[in-house]
Amino acid sequence: MTEHVVTRPRPNYMLVFVFLALLTAAEVGVAFTGLPKSMQVPLLIALAIAKATLVGMFYMHLRFEGRVLRFIAVGPLLLAIILSLPPLVDSIGHH
Amino acid sequence: MSRTAASEHHGTPVWQGIPTTKFAMWLFLASEVMFFAGLIGAYIVLRGGAPEKWPVVSDVLNVPLVAGNTFILIVSSVTMVRAYAAIEDGNPQGMRRMLIATAALGAFFLSIQAVEWSALMNEGTAPATDLFGSVFFTLTGFHGLHVLGGVLTLVYVVFKAFRGAFTQASHGGVELMGLYWHFVDVVWIFLFTILYLI
Repeated sequence: MTEHVVTRPRPNYMLVFVFLALLTAAEVGVAFTGLPKSMQVPLLIALAIAKATLVGMFYMHLRFEGRVLRFIAVGPLLLAIILSLPPLVDSIGHH
Repeated sequence: MSRTAASEHHGTPVWQGIPTTKFAMWLFLASEVMFFAGLIGAYIVLRGGAPEKWPVVSDVLNVPLVAGNTFILIVSSVTMVRAYAAIEDGNPQGMRRMLIATAALGAFFLSIQAVEWSALMNEGTAPATDLFGSVFFTLTGFHGLHVLGGVLTLVYVVFKAFRGAFTQASHGGVELMGLYWHFVDVVWIFLFTILYLI
């Protein structure tokens, strides 16, 4: 089998770390504000997704990988969301 | 210097431009995503089904301590990726230092988690105490096991690094270790949010 040569630039890992630290601080800040849960929860989940995306894209180098690996990485996440949404909607509907 | 996707996994068969070892690691991580998705789905069902049985988490859990611990795990991701960058640049000494730092930070994370668990149990919250206890200890326990496995594997990788197993031309094993370690960090990002902040 022949090797497929792909050039991959190097991300600024420390800059990504700064963003991760700031997002973590923002998460803790949001959790301790007086916001109602209906606003807190989506905001916290969005911040968590942002952090996970940064780690996946730049530390796991998905930003520079091909479609096959991106599909393997993202596919189960979509399945996980599909798995989690019906019970979440169901529990909201009962309260 | 250009970095190549396949050349660093020197000698490994390649499929669709992807070294088969890297492909296998991503498939494994995909299965782990489904594993934790099942646990988190169970958390959603159990907490959503009995919200009155869920405590105010800031009353029970030491959020500042674990926020600091979350920061530790993020720093370990930085050291791990810097280990990989070091060997990409042909700096095996830098790689070894960063690998050791990553293992040490992972072990520190586990020790803080052990302190947290101990404090919780002393205050009457244990896996069999109530719904919150069983969910909390199951989720953090399985994640902790994954971190422990990662730390032990890191020790092995450090040992191999000192034996000269990784070079600028061939360091696929470091990339594979990094992928697993960053995945463990990603899982904690979500667990910290749903268990400690929501």
